[in-house]
Amino acid sequence: MNEKLFSLLSGIIFGIGLVISGMTNPEKVIGFLSLTYNWDASLIFVMGGAIIVTAPVFFILKNKTYSSLGVDIQLPQKKDLDKKLLLGSSLFGIGWGLVGLCPGPAISSIALFEPLTLIFLISMVSGILINKYI
Amino acid sequence: MYNFTPYSALIGGLIIGCAVILFFYTTGKLAGISGIFASVITSKARRSSNILFLIGLVIGPLCFFYFTKEPAKFEITNSITLIIIGGFLVGLGTRMGGGCTSGHGICGISRISIRSMVATITFIISGMLTVFILQQFGIYK
Repeated sequence: MNEKLFSLLSGIIFGIGLVISGMTNPEKVIGFLSLTYNWDASLIFVMGGAIIVTAPVFFILKNKTYSSLGVDIQLPQKKDLDKKLLLGSSLFGIGWGLVGLCPGPAISSIALFEPLTLIFLISMVSGILINKYI
Repeated sequence: MYNFTPYSALIGGLIIGCAVILFFYTTGKLAGISGIFASVITSKARRSSNILFLIGLVIGPLCFFYFTKEPAKFEITNSITLIIIGGFLVGLGTRMGGGCTSGHGICGISRISIRSMVATITFIISGMLTVFILQQFGIYK
């Protein structure tokens, strides 16, 4: 029960942060990716602001094996820089640049009742499913 | 840089950081949104709490707009074809590369993961190149 409650609460706070940061607006993200014309550095401040909070806490909690609710902590173990990481991130970057939406803002934009967001999300699901079968 | 909004960006970022920490501290999971979204679709493990996290991502903005009465800005200049291709590549690419802006860009970098740093630099450069090319074709300003 508690895990569900805190998942919901974390999602709500994350969503509020995304809206305040302006990243739910694709135009704003394109502004960041547009290095040569009217560059908008805001996205760096969003990531920086988040990392200022998370980095010290992750450092303090790095040896914990259980969460405060007693759930096993499972962190990514992979260390190698493989082809899949580079190819996948490059493809993600192309999609990000084509629209200006990444998964978080795409989901949060449902709150804006934009039909284009749903088209984006359905295509995203098809990409996820295809990756599972290749 | 007339669109530059450092204060709201920083405040939004700090709030996102708090959400990541709350999520990790209580559930023991990293708030990588592409991973959570994909696991809701492809796996049964902890599905209900993952779904609740995603619902929260929508409720948060709804509450924000309801209480602040601020107009929601959402400008997308692209054709539906590009949106479909873009969505597909975001889904495929984030799963192949194991993360997105939240998973690699925020969680991974703050855990000093080299993989995540390389991934983040890669998708930012690839996104910038994509926008640059679209600008040459007049699709973006």
